[in-house]
Amino acid sequence: MTRTIRVTVNGQEHERAVEVRATLADFLREDLDLTGTHVGCEHGVCGACTVLLDGEPVRACLMLAVQADGLRITTIEGVAPADGLHPIQEAFWAKHGLQCGYCTPGIIMSASAFLRERPSPSREEIREMLAGHLCRCTGYHFIVEAIEAAAQALAPPTPRPTSPRE
Amino acid sequence: MKPAPFDYVAPAILDEAVGAMATGGGDAKVLAGGQSLIPMLALRLARPTLLVDINRLPGLDGIREASGLLEIGALVRQRALERWAATRSPLFSEVLRHVAHPPIRNRGTVVGNVVHADPASELPAVLLCLEGVVVARGPRGERMIPADRFYRAPLTTALGPDELATAVRFTLPPPEAGWGFAEVSRRHGDFALVGAVAVVTRGDDGAVSRARLAFFGAGGTPTRALAAEQALAGRTATPALLGEAARAAAAALSPDADIHATAAYRRQVAGTLAERTLAAALARCGGAR
Repeated sequence: MTRTIRVTVNGQEHERAVEVRATLADFLREDLDLTGTHVGCEHGVCGACTVLLDGEPVRACLMLAVQADGLRITTIEGVAPADGLHPIQEAFWAKHGLQCGYCTPGIIMSASAFLRERPSPSREEIREMLAGHLCRCTGYHFIVEAIEAAAQALAPPTPRPTSPRE
Repeated sequence: MKPAPFDYVAPAILDEAVGAMATGGGDAKVLAGGQSLIPMLALRLARPTLLVDINRLPGLDGIREASGLLEIGALVRQRALERWAATRSPLFSEVLRHVAHPPIRNRGTVVGNVVHADPASELPAVLLCLEGVVVARGPRGERMIPADRFYRAPLTTALGPDELATAVRFTLPPPEAGWGFAEVSRRHGDFALVGAVAVVTRGDDGAVSRARLAFFGAGGTPTRALAAEQALAGRTATPALLGEAARAAAAALSPDADIHATAAYRRQVAGTLAERTLAAALARCGGAR
């Protein structure tokens, strides 16, 4: 059984017939060739497939593509500007927040929504957020540091205190 | 594509959804947030022939608080209740923080979590503790199912195969009541190995006038500790009395053993969490003291 859906992915509109049992992760990877969304466990545990649905992080493997009809999706391919990296990606690079990189796209999608809601999170809050993402390489320490660095990079510049002489 | 093939409908009218459930002949499943159903489809633990997607139904996304009741429609995401609770209900705020992770809570519904009836899930125990009801709609109309008659076995409820839950109603504790919530899990957001939730009210004389205590992850269904509740009612709560009530509550449980914990471990932790949540609830009691 198929249905036709219309979705906006990374700002571009797509109209496709999809198998009703295809997940959103299947649709992004197989139909749109957006293979930056990784699938690990395919049952909602690992977090690798996390994308933004109308700006909020969701597991792309835990929703059917038909359910995305009419909605707006952002994947890892839609995060970076045309030339270069997003500040969160920069921070992961600078702080060695990835090794094999399999879990990274999902974590970056989650982190982007998380930092919007909590611009200066505590380490505890970062760890609580990361509990929804499995990483088998890093041991998480560098990911926590990368997200802390990203928070600083994304923070609006604080006004310099005026010196009493001026 | 991992799920087995199924038919799919996304009705825009509640009666059509109810009708579709009936045509499914017991093999239809409601799809709301899908955060429990889709993993079951992917693992082929469930092979429904028809999915009735209720996400297009109007009027089911409301959170209404009126005359001591909190009614939550079938399309209210856990995240929406969490945001609502941030300024209005410290109890729900604390509970929701423990339900999986933000990406799951963004899709998962409160009602779906309640009716999925995972014995280790938090909200079913809260529904039981707060003497809630499930509002069910079926071919014969609407009925209310009290929480204490709703849970029958793991993933098994009193909901008929042709019924769909349109809302749940929690009885909000009075403002002077205190609450306690605690769970033990391997990782934040995992299903609890064991958890407890307590709500206590004190009378003018300082004695406990009413106590409610429920466990999750400590048996095939969420479990209310009726004997402990009765043992506390009308008595002055001393640490010794709380310990006694908590131990009695834990002794009455029949927890399961699995790869994560033995039954004996679960019972012991349940007793400790019962004591902690009752003590926290008493400490939070306001009003006359």
